[in-house]
Amino acid sequence: MDIPYTVDVRPDTGLTNGKIGIWLFLASEVMLFGALFASYILIRTGAPTWPRGDTILNVPLATFNTIVLITSSVTMVMAWASLARNRFSTFRLYMGATVLLGGVFLVVKYFEYSHKFELGLFPSTNNFLAIYFTLTGLHMLHVIGGMAVNAYFWGPGAKLWKTNPEWFMNRVEHSGLFWHFVDLVWIFLFPTLYLL
Amino acid sequence: MSEPTAVAPPGAHGVHEAHHEELGFWRHYVFSTDHKIIGIQYGITGLLFLFFGFCLMMLMRWQLAYPGAPLPLIGSLFGDSRMPGGSMLPEFYNELGAMHGTIMVFMGVVPLAVGGFGNFVLPLQIGAPDMAFPRLNMLSYWSFFLGGVTMLVSFFVPGGAAQSGWTSYTPLSDIATTGQTMWLIGMIFLITSSLLGAINFIATTIQLRAKGLTFMRFPFFVWAQFVTAFLLLLAFPPLEAAGIMQLMDRVAGTSFFLPSGLVVSGQVLNHAGGGNPLLWQHLFWFLAHPEVYVLILPAMGIVAEIIANNTRKPLWGYRSMVYSLIFLGFMSFVVWAHHMFMTGMGTAMAAFFQTTTMIISIPSVVILTALIISLWGASIRFNTPMLFALGFLPMFGIGGLTGLPLGLNVADIPLHDTYYVIAHFHYVVAPGTIFALFAGIYYWFPKATGRKMNEMLGTIHFIGSFICMNVVFMPMFIVGMHGVSRRLFDGGQGYQFAQPVLHLNVVSSWGAWTLALFQLPFIFNFFYSIWNGEKTSDNPWDSTTIEWAAPSPPPHGNFLHTPQAYRGPYEYSVPGAKKDFVGQFEA
Repeated sequence: MDIPYTVDVRPDTGLTNGKIGIWLFLASEVMLFGALFASYILIRTGAPTWPRGDTILNVPLATFNTIVLITSSVTMVMAWASLARNRFSTFRLYMGATVLLGGVFLVVKYFEYSHKFELGLFPSTNNFLAIYFTLTGLHMLHVIGGMAVNAYFWGPGAKLWKTNPEWFMNRVEHSGLFWHFVDLVWIFLFPTLYLL
Repeated sequence: MSEPTAVAPPGAHGVHEAHHEELGFWRHYVFSTDHKIIGIQYGITGLLFLFFGFCLMMLMRWQLAYPGAPLPLIGSLFGDSRMPGGSMLPEFYNELGAMHGTIMVFMGVVPLAVGGFGNFVLPLQIGAPDMAFPRLNMLSYWSFFLGGVTMLVSFFVPGGAAQSGWTSYTPLSDIATTGQTMWLIGMIFLITSSLLGAINFIATTIQLRAKGLTFMRFPFFVWAQFVTAFLLLLAFPPLEAAGIMQLMDRVAGTSFFLPSGLVVSGQVLNHAGGGNPLLWQHLFWFLAHPEVYVLILPAMGIVAEIIANNTRKPLWGYRSMVYSLIFLGFMSFVVWAHHMFMTGMGTAMAAFFQTTTMIISIPSVVILTALIISLWGASIRFNTPMLFALGFLPMFGIGGLTGLPLGLNVADIPLHDTYYVIAHFHYVVAPGTIFALFAGIYYWFPKATGRKMNEMLGTIHFIGSFICMNVVFMPMFIVGMHGVSRRLFDGGQGYQFAQPVLHLNVVSSWGAWTLALFQLPFIFNFFYSIWNGEKTSDNPWDSTTIEWAAPSPPPHGNFLHTPQAYRGPYEYSVPGAKKDFVGQFEA
């Protein structure tokens, strides 16, 4: 038994099941990060003093990371576009680049984190660092999750391309939507934590 | 792709190959992706948790009726760390209280109402072959299961299970024993399960409904599940965020919810401080008020189906009911702080939240009124599902109306955190929602098994439960209005003002234990009827909705012919028709 509309769009909604699913998931993610941003605002407005982000955090490194993530979003789109043009080897190249750029982001983050720990700055030190580590940590988990899915489509998951190319393209598109969301969260995180 | 999708040839996609018949025991009954099996798994697990949560409550009722008295027979089984000499320690009482709430709400009622009935009935009612994402569905169940196991294991860690109430208010929960960490981890599993389930329900409803089944032709149950799924989808993530922050407070030593200079046992706590205990309450109730509607909406859906079926009339005001439902869903996100009138959040805020609370009572009243008017002039069939559905109406009515004083700031202050509150929300959830769930079990049992449950035992179950539920909860209104706090481990024995109502604690307790006895006919009936119940046709209740077009029990893929909807859901007693019902699926 097959589930209808996994590959084709339902005529009256114009959507596949997966497309609805991923957008609903992103809606719940908006609520998750939204709640954390709201908590940040509440704790910060209630605090007698609050450090400016750039006095504690490394703005050049984070700027570099912002560029890395935005680039990875571009390569993600290119990966999908390559499939649309039926160029599988180009897809591999761009998808590989997307995963690698995610890796670069994580390595940079690792150095940022370990530098903070060396200076004795921990989540327990103050609430600025608490919210910094919680938000960026949760974001990192999302980066790792997105990388895992993308790596799967780069590797073993790509077998689907031979049997059902349209379905494979849909899947890459959905994982791309998630990846752009992860990118977008960072674009909010960066100014909120590092610059304000 | 050009191939037809509804009934694709086997193996067309090379992935979903048609090997269903050869699935072994484990893939068929345990790690199944079939929505019906998953629904039954959710249902049975939910029922077991409801029973377990009920047992915790019966232990608490002993302590409340006879404070400090050793529990006869089984008291010694709990060990010296919980009940030395059979007498309950306050810490153990707190564990029971916190876990009773958590288990009943998150592991009993929601899994049964949404996971169980939603999974089993919703795809059938919209004429779908399965859920939109069958493997995700399996993952939802197993995530729920892991969450449940985590919660159960937490009883055996040092210090016992969570003791800070099902609300886990900070800073108390931040400094509680290990059980609280287990609670948070368990909740993260349960939240994940609900989120995945909600995505699946919404996608299934929008995408897989049968040809001709427009939104205004949905049975009311489908609408109720649809709105519920949105509440779960959007309200749970903030609690997840709050859970992550509390976990950080407990594990990484942050101070999200710990204020500066917090004193614990006479010592100033060594922490950074600057946190906000009220932040937890806001995030918690931002989930937990919509959660109240997650508990009640599927119940209303079940009751509406059964009332339409057994009055043999269309539901009165179907459209107003649907619009009320949607409005209720929206409003449930802006009433949460009426749980927090006592926190001193200021009169402007309180005025806002009491106004929204009064507004949200309107759609609930519309739905209840429409259901009651539906009974008007009908020749009602009083079978077991209908008895429970009819029992739901006044019980939910009492629960709802007694909630109004709690929604008004001034009236809430003396009643807050007393037994009045317990009585109010239990009238909504216990003889309300749980009666509707029983109604649903009796109603859809023939669809799941092909056999009916025994009517005689069902009637005994209903009458006994109906009386006992009122014996348990009605006295609590009086106890609460005398001002007895719901948090007291001796039921108020130490207070002079509570003396005139202490005997009512005993009444409630005996009501609860008798209620347990009246569940025995149900348990027996349930298992007996699976194998020995009276065999039925595919449509034993002469019902109109699409699930009754499938064989009982439905095979993998549900329908023998792809169903189509030709009309609205409740075409009963249509003038001029040959029968007194015309199925939605009949051309």
